Amino acid sequence: MNIPSELKYTKDHEWIKIEGDVATVGITDFAQGELGDIVYVEVDTLDETLDAEEVFGTVEAVKTVSDLFLPLSGEIIEFNEGLEDEPEKVNSDPYGDGWMIKLKISDESQIESLLSADAYKELISA
Amino acid sequence: MKNTALTDTHVALGAKMVPFAGYNMPVQYEGVNIEHETVRNAVGVFDVSHMGEFLIEGPNALELIQKVSSNDASKLEIGKAQYSCLPNDDGGIVDDLIIYKIKDETYLLVVNASNIEKDWNWIASKNDAGANMRDLSEDYSLLAIQGPKAVEAMQSLSSHDLSAIKFYNFVVGDFAGIEHVIISATGYTGSGGFEIYCKNSEVKQIWDKVLEAGEEFGIKPIGLAARDTLRLEMGYCLYGNDIDDTTSPIEAGLSWICKFNKPFTNSEALQDEKERTPERKLVAFKLDDRGIPRQGYDIVDSSGKTIGNVTSGTMSPSLGVGIGLGYVPTVFSKVDSKINIQVRKKAIPATVVKLPFYKG
Repeated sequence: MNIPSELKYTKDHEWIKIEGDVATVGITDFAQGELGDIVYVEVDTLDETLDAEEVFGTVEAVKTVSDLFLPLSGEIIEFNEGLEDEPEKVNSDPYGDGWMIKLKISDESQIESLLSADAYKELISA
Repeated sequence: MKNTALTDTHVALGAKMVPFAGYNMPVQYEGVNIEHETVRNAVGVFDVSHMGEFLIEGPNALELIQKVSSNDASKLEIGKAQYSCLPNDDGGIVDDLIIYKIKDETYLLVVNASNIEKDWNWIASKNDAGANMRDLSEDYSLLAIQGPKAVEAMQSLSSHDLSAIKFYNFVVGDFAGIEHVIISATGYTGSGGFEIYCKNSEVKQIWDKVLEAGEEFGIKPIGLAARDTLRLEMGYCLYGNDIDDTTSPIEAGLSWICKFNKPFTNSEALQDEKERTPERKLVAFKLDDRGIPRQGYDIVDSSGKTIGNVTSGTMSPSLGVGIGLGYVPTVFSKVDSKINIQVRKKAIPATVVKLPFYKG
């Protein structure tokens, strides 16, 4: 199970990479493995400002539909359009080409509440 | 939860196991898309031993079957199988099934796992004629070997000429070193192949030999997830989704298995329904835009009014578009009719199409 140590995580199996006030968000290797072949990623909240925990999109595997929850409050400034034609990149490269959105963080104090790689590892092995 | 005789084998192969109809079943091994493609282009093997098998025997066997099933089982010859359904008294369907004529006065009924007990009780309640009924479900296993290379890949396992077994025909013979196995040219994928019925004690040997013989043809074990995408691309009904106790065979497009030349449960009402055209029909549709229809989603008209519901839906692995089945008022059921599928906040336009979605 690949859990890069430099990233932050949520209990909803998302990873967050923070660069300045911008966060890149995707789903973890564990999550993509559990979902199976991903066939559709829908984000219809581009340019919207949402609170942490709000639904910003949906990821669909062949048999399941899962909501995507925003890990931090902020504005969704970019959607990975490469996923429109190749949603399978979420399976093959969840921490790279399979990233989903970029978010302009509105409250940096929320970053503290994200999980470290170790804490996430503990969560999924529990 | 029950296991099939191959549960440990699936776990050892790394399958993801899920509860299905009371059984611990493999939903996927490597991934649903690769498994789907394997069946469409080569050959795959499924453990579908959860399916139920009833043997109906004796001089009154045919009388009982004719009474409970909608198709005309008197047309069956030894070595032939027939798709049929068990109508209930209220216009719905108890189950859909396949009926095999094994020999004179001996029929095998293959029913859905989730309905074994319900079907047994239903058929038994109609058995005034006193046919002998035996439930073999716990003792028999079923493997489906499906795909365009199935015949070629499996021929070395049997002395019977597999290419000579026509669709919906079967032989009882040797397979993978086991005698008296049913080799049936049936399936639920639309890609051709066989279903093999054998005893639980025999299935491991058959499974292993099937994988061995199929190796050079690229055989893979296939899970229930791909079984569902494969059947949906053909538009085959799934009991519990597209048909159930409340849907009539007429509106579900199963008039072709309702033979009104003989009486059967609720046949008069069903014949009436057929003649006056039903109020709603099960249609097949393709999404015109990006999106995936799912069971339970609303079907809406151009003004946003709900007109029906999706009974099965998926992203078609072969076509790369969202496909589904659902009930709509008959006025929307013609091919090329425009409907909309309510996917979360969006009504996505869709077009009613002819089945199958996938045409080889």
